[in-house]
Amino acid sequence: MANKTKKNLEIRISHYSITIFFLIIISLIISSSSSSPSSAFQSDELLLDDDEFGLEGGRGGGGVRTPIDLEYINNNPLQTPSTSNPTVRKRSSSSSSDHDLDSKVQFVLEHAFGTSDSEFVPAGTFTARLKTWSHGGQTLTKLRFSRNALTEAEKEKFEKLLKDDDFYRIRLPSNVVSPPGKDYVISSVKARCLIRDNLDEHFVIHTDGVNILGVNYGSPGACEYPRLLKLPRKWVFNSYTLLKSSEQAPRAPAFTEDIVLGETVEGEILNPPERSFWAKYWMYLIPLGLIVMNGFTQAMNLPEEQAGQPNSQTQQSTSQGSAVRRR
Amino acid sequence: MTRHKLKTAAMAIRFFLFFSLLFVSINPTFSLYEDQVGLMDWHHKYIGKVKQAVFQTQKAGRKRVVVSTEENVIASLDLRRGEIFWRHVLGNNDVIDAIDITLGKYVITLSSAGSVVRAWNLPDGQMIWESSLQGSTPSKPFLYVPVNLKIDRDNIIIVFGNGCLHAISSIDGAVLWTKSFASEGSDIQEVLQLLDSDIIYAVGFVGSSKFVTYQINAKNGEVVKQSNVDFHGGFSGELSFVSSDYLVALDSTRSILVSISFRDGKTSLHQIHISDLVEGFSGMASIVPSKLTDILAIKVSSLILFLRVTGGGKLEFVDNISYPSAVSDTLSFLEGQEAFALAQLSGSKVHLTVKLNNDWNSDLLKESIKIDHQRGLVEKVFINSYIRTDKSHGFRALIVMEDHSLLLLQQGEIVWSREDGLASIIDTNTAELPFEKEGVSVAKVEHNLFEWLRGHILKLKGTLMLASPDDIVAIQGMRLKSSEKNKMTRDHNGFRKLLLVLTKAGKLYALHTGDGRVVWSLLLPSLRRSDTCENPAGLNLYQWQVPHHHALDENPSVLVVGRCGTDSDAPGVLSFVDSYTGKELNTLSLSHSIAQVIPLPFTDSTEQRLHLIIDAGRQAYLYPRTPEAIGIFEPERPNMYSYSVDEEKNIIKGYALEHHCNKASDGYCFKTKELWSIIFPSESEKIIASVTRKSNEVVHAQVKVIADQDVMYKYISKTLLFVATVSPKAAGEIGSATPEESWLVVYLIDSITGRILHRVTHHGSQGPVHAVFSENWVVYHYFNLRAHRYEMSVIEIYDQSRADNKDVWKLILGKHNLTTPTSSYSRPEVVVKSQSYFFTHSVKTMAVTSTAKGITSKQLLIGTIGDQVLALDKRFVDPRRSINPTQSEKEEGLIPLTDTLQIIPQSYVTHSIQVEGLRGIVTIPAKLESTSLVFSYGVDLFLTRVAPSRTYDSLTEDFSYALLLLTIGALIAAIFVTWILSEKKELREKWR
Repeated sequence: MANKTKKNLEIRISHYSITIFFLIIISLIISSSSSSPSSAFQSDELLLDDDEFGLEGGRGGGGVRTPIDLEYINNNPLQTPSTSNPTVRKRSSSSSSDHDLDSKVQFVLEHAFGTSDSEFVPAGTFTARLKTWSHGGQTLTKLRFSRNALTEAEKEKFEKLLKDDDFYRIRLPSNVVSPPGKDYVISSVKARCLIRDNLDEHFVIHTDGVNILGVNYGSPGACEYPRLLKLPRKWVFNSYTLLKSSEQAPRAPAFTEDIVLGETVEGEILNPPERSFWAKYWMYLIPLGLIVMNGFTQAMNLPEEQAGQPNSQTQQSTSQGSAVRRR
Repeated sequence: MTRHKLKTAAMAIRFFLFFSLLFVSINPTFSLYEDQVGLMDWHHKYIGKVKQAVFQTQKAGRKRVVVSTEENVIASLDLRRGEIFWRHVLGNNDVIDAIDITLGKYVITLSSAGSVVRAWNLPDGQMIWESSLQGSTPSKPFLYVPVNLKIDRDNIIIVFGNGCLHAISSIDGAVLWTKSFASEGSDIQEVLQLLDSDIIYAVGFVGSSKFVTYQINAKNGEVVKQSNVDFHGGFSGELSFVSSDYLVALDSTRSILVSISFRDGKTSLHQIHISDLVEGFSGMASIVPSKLTDILAIKVSSLILFLRVTGGGKLEFVDNISYPSAVSDTLSFLEGQEAFALAQLSGSKVHLTVKLNNDWNSDLLKESIKIDHQRGLVEKVFINSYIRTDKSHGFRALIVMEDHSLLLLQQGEIVWSREDGLASIIDTNTAELPFEKEGVSVAKVEHNLFEWLRGHILKLKGTLMLASPDDIVAIQGMRLKSSEKNKMTRDHNGFRKLLLVLTKAGKLYALHTGDGRVVWSLLLPSLRRSDTCENPAGLNLYQWQVPHHHALDENPSVLVVGRCGTDSDAPGVLSFVDSYTGKELNTLSLSHSIAQVIPLPFTDSTEQRLHLIIDAGRQAYLYPRTPEAIGIFEPERPNMYSYSVDEEKNIIKGYALEHHCNKASDGYCFKTKELWSIIFPSESEKIIASVTRKSNEVVHAQVKVIADQDVMYKYISKTLLFVATVSPKAAGEIGSATPEESWLVVYLIDSITGRILHRVTHHGSQGPVHAVFSENWVVYHYFNLRAHRYEMSVIEIYDQSRADNKDVWKLILGKHNLTTPTSSYSRPEVVVKSQSYFFTHSVKTMAVTSTAKGITSKQLLIGTIGDQVLALDKRFVDPRRSINPTQSEKEEGLIPLTDTLQIIPQSYVTHSIQVEGLRGIVTIPAKLESTSLVFSYGVDLFLTRVAPSRTYDSLTEDFSYALLLLTIGALIAAIFVTWILSEKKELREKWR
């Protein structure tokens, strides 16, 4: 008995792992295909010294994913992102290299240590290519980021932040064309979240044309809640950046052709149309026939013993048959 | 060809049948039978604060009064009982300016700033005609129905609106003539008709210093004569007719009365200093807007002065009364006799005085009526005369009180009263009722037992179809008034509660959920107009103290938040009210303003909930102001965040709480520091909606089990914020922008870190956006310009970081991350699923059901444009719906995808009722998991119970226990009988 359950469990587990594997594959396919219609999405990023997260910028708008997933991506032969739509389009647009339409823009990342210290000082520079579309829209592509090294004073300030578990704040101009702009978008993170071996940071910049709506700043991975005090081995930032623009909403789903399609499929499932009258209605016809026969026998005034016996038998069988049918 | 067609048609029919079957079979929506109406729902009709009342009592079988209200309702009320004969709710943008009665059978309303005139049939409220009037310059509209002015035997109505004077036929609403005054720049104030002539006078001001009189031929609108008079002092714009050829205006300094007489087309001015009439006058005066004849009432600081016109254009001081009192218009009740009424509150009594116009010293009527002191001051009074049985004249008065209630006074008594303040609810909250006291007397139990038995026997008769018609009536009556649901104690199922509602008048009502009666009411003293607080306004209600269920002798209390003034930086007012008794426990006048109130998830030792109030300058204040509260709050302060949505500047900002603010003396004040900001480019996006989850929502399942025994982890965060923006051009009404220039962008933002988790653009769509946020999903409603239809979209968010926990071994070995605390600073790994559907209705408001434990499936409650509440199963807006669901998905209950959301008529929770002027829907979880109470309010109130998955955890109320007992009894008897029979048979067998 116990053996059996164990076997069962094993089967279930293997079943689980298979389904999970398939799910992952399916989700990868879905995510790669779902990223394809988001032609509005342009992402590019600068890779600094770390190669661990190499693929991160190249991923589509399907959402953020863990490094573990990335391994799957690397191993998975199904994953062929280069054939999907947006990349091709992007590539063609970049290879056609209409340089006169593109221009370079620079904007400054500023940072501040702690909430009590409101002084923002430059911390690095973003460089991006501003692409002007034929219809007049402008989008940012090819984001590069170079961070200034931390000065000694800044390191001290940062250490203090770590000790106080305070916020490290950054800001970007809300409009990259006219840098001081009217305003800045601000983002903050508890300084202790940035500490891995070095200082790991992750920018997701949400843009709309030349405007920056918001910047999500934080560590690339998780930030455990009881934040422990830990000092970085090297005072060097590993920066990952990601540009995001809005996705298109899927259109309201079904239109007439879809319904027709759905209908035919439903119809096939429901009943194959080529069935004879007898095949369809036998369960009604047999009892009917029996009743008619019964009526006949009674009308003929036959002795009851002869008519009753077979009648009850057949009835039994038909009721069984119909029961099976119903199930 | 034809065969193919036939085949497709057959398929379509089959398809339709399949779908309809599917909907019937899977549709657990709430619906009820005809005889269940009123069993667990109630509907109360209100009209709002009365602005104007016109009596119709002559030659009418049913005495009635027609009123117009601030909620844009026009209603005809029964004068004997105060019931509504008929009423119409005009839209919010169709404000009623004036009403009158013409021809004795039509009610005329002027609305939308003088551009729409309608006539309603007086007996039944049918609209007879409607005509819209054109005009260019906005002006103060008025309506004038001349007594006896006819053009071709057709009575005319004079309307002034948008700078034009119109004469309108009262029979069909045709505009007979129009005279525009816009070119002359004159602002007509009044029109009056000289007796027995076709000439009407129109008087008004040109600019601020010129008074102008037109004599207009009423037949054709031609100006017969025009005269101007300049007054160098300038007019304030207020004037009052005292007699047919004499009027009084107020100058711009409001200290000089200008009397104007225009006898025989000649206009002459006289200046009278108010200080000459009244000793020691200083300050500003204003004319009381009551239509009096021969007498002028002006308001000076805290007094109302009555001035009489004597011969030769002189004014003479008659008397004064203290200000908070109301003056009615003049009523002519006999040949040449005219009277008016004064109503004044002193102590707990209303003093009503009716005086003759020409004789101040004698009173026609003087009554003192004792009145509930929670009604406040008398704001308006309207009088009407009737002939008593002894042929003398009596007067009845309709008074409007400070709490917006309406009372009819006659013969020194309150004939009826209406709580019309309930038509303008601002916020609602609930309180549990007290537990039933123990020690009920035996007699009561016996009586109850008898009643109980009798009731059940009746019900049994009903079930067995043995009941006579009388019995059926008795059963229905019993069900309707079932004393069970109206008790003042807590019930086992949690259906009986107190609904606390705050109204615009600053009155707090406690309504019983059983039948909607007012348990207590309190006109909040802190929200009444006073010298220190000119324009108080209530804002919100919060649970302040909910006693722990071990301390049942204590009463719960609520916090009423208000502010002194209309600006957002006006100082705030807090008031604490006992939920059971309706007594104000404490009141605080704050030195700071109130921009946001955050109830914190902490309570102190007396179970008072900690609240953080954030002022316009983003400083946070902690309440209650006790050292204990600080002690609880301070350790949690680093984890406290707040955010603000600035819809004007299109900025969302997030803040952290810092140490004490600059005012060092105040230990309960905290600084906020900006942590993040999201700036929407003003040229392309404008915030139109932002929605969060309800803070008290309970989520039962952290995962969603989908087909194939797989699970998805819901991303459940209390801090998520849904924001919708549209392109600035599309911010107007539907149709004001083309599809190309309008788009709708929706965001899901984590309000702690400012992280944009999801952002999606709907091109060619625009607002208004109505959204609900619950668990891990948002449903929002908007207009799709390309498809010319409304759409609803759903977004569901799932957490990927916990998705690995599906491995059984990990769960067994404890290697899962389900119990680790999550931090908003971790990078979220979410998967978003969304889908859109067409939806037939436009929506006024949306809500979602909530139950005690969050196990029951959810329904969206949609307030439709027809003022009904539609319950739509959440399963219809599931982004996993597909056109061809697989077998396992079908087993899961996934509905095949359709492009439109079906509206099943039975799923209207309001069944046949309309909740007129619907503004809000509130759901309150009952103790019974399957059921929640739905309270929808507008001009009307409606409460019902909904059970989205049916009442799976209880028997229905009309379950016949007697039948059950009877069946059991019969079965037992049958067992015994058969047993005895079989024994006997066995015995017989043995003897054989």
